Amino acid sequence: MSFEITVAKRLGEIDVALEMVAGDGATVLFGPSGVGKTSVLNMVAGLLRPDRGRIVVGGEMLFGTGVDVPIERRRAGYVFQEARLFPHQCVRANLTYGAAAGVDVTTVTGFLGIDDLLDRWPRSLSGGEARRVAIGRALLSDPAFLLLDEPLSSLDRARREEVMRGIEHIRDVLTLPILMVTHDPEEAERIGTRIVTMAR
Amino acid sequence: MPSAEEWTVVVLSLKVGGVAMMVTLPIAFALAWLLARVRFPGRLLVEAIVYLPLVVPPVVTGWVLLLAFGPAGPIGGPLERWFGISVLFRWTGAAIAAGVMALPLMVRAMRLSIEAVDRRLENAARTLGAGPGRVFWTLTLPLSVPGILAGAVLGFARSIGEFGATITFVSNVPGETRTLPLAIYSMLQQPNGDAMALRLSAISVTLSLAALVASELLARRAGRGFHVL
Repeated sequence: MSFEITVAKRLGEIDVALEMVAGDGATVLFGPSGVGKTSVLNMVAGLLRPDRGRIVVGGEMLFGTGVDVPIERRRAGYVFQEARLFPHQCVRANLTYGAAAGVDVTTVTGFLGIDDLLDRWPRSLSGGEARRVAIGRALLSDPAFLLLDEPLSSLDRARREEVMRGIEHIRDVLTLPILMVTHDPEEAERIGTRIVTMAR
Repeated sequence: MPSAEEWTVVVLSLKVGGVAMMVTLPIAFALAWLLARVRFPGRLLVEAIVYLPLVVPPVVTGWVLLLAFGPAGPIGGPLERWFGISVLFRWTGAAIAAGVMALPLMVRAMRLSIEAVDRRLENAARTLGAGPGRVFWTLTLPLSVPGILAGAVLGFARSIGEFGATITFVSNVPGETRTLPLAIYSMLQQPNGDAMALRLSAISVTLSLAALVASELLARRAGRGFHVL
């Protein structure tokens, strides 16, 4: 199984709880905003500590009894809702930040359509470009799985299509397990191999 | 043109201010990082001690330094016994006084800059496989650079203007501890010293103004430019 997640976390007034087991392909976490979808991604990435539970990805225990793997060793390719590109580094340096020395960036820049952006600075990129660079950066860090937080939000129709194709390529050609958060039913249908609905 | 005597004063001031700033810089950054990022017991006390020279009369700071670095003091004693070093009546002592007085201003500027570094960027770096050390060197430090520079310039300006703690701690020795403010004070005590006092004051104002403008420009640069998309 790709993702075996049983977590519970109290965040202020909200109780975030999820129990799911998912196989290969793209698993979409679907639900209204404020239900704790992003918190689940943060718990899988190690940025948020569950009050209790167990997180196993691709057979490797990341969190559980006596286990709490440090963030940098979880090999999560996390694409945040905001691109979070490093503002003092050009696109190329952003892409290779987590990559092994001598990695060939064209393996991802081609299908993401960001070949021409390598020498640009993050502040000069459009929202769609920044999002695709963030996806490329996550992929080049040699992740064991991908976490995508609303990867298509605030993009116009044409840009959505570009990013969507990139994600489908990752799902079908690179066959990386994906855990993706969205509140858009159309996106969930198109990308999700399966859909997990979170409710209040 | 300034006279030879005036040049000596200016060069000494720049030396004292420069050394004070360079030595205080890493200490101030370490303290700023500690106060901005680490929650530890006694944090408030450390903060209060760092900022103390801002509010205590400089004469008191100078006297405390004199007690500490004097031949019988907890720092001055061992320095003299083990290394044969004394900072009393020396320019090195003047630099210590200037550094202590500049420390709070430098810590404050750097701390604001460190606090302004977006933690979300650091989290993103962690997920890309960077440990805490690499995150510090590749993100926290470079993104705080404008604040570090602003703090350094401010510290330098404060250092070359230091008076009270310096004169109490290392006295007013021509060519050794007589920096710009001390020289101006000395001239004002002498008959016919007004002209030289005026010239030194003009130099002092020019240096301080240049430093303040530089600091302001750096601070403004820190405000824009680095945005998370």
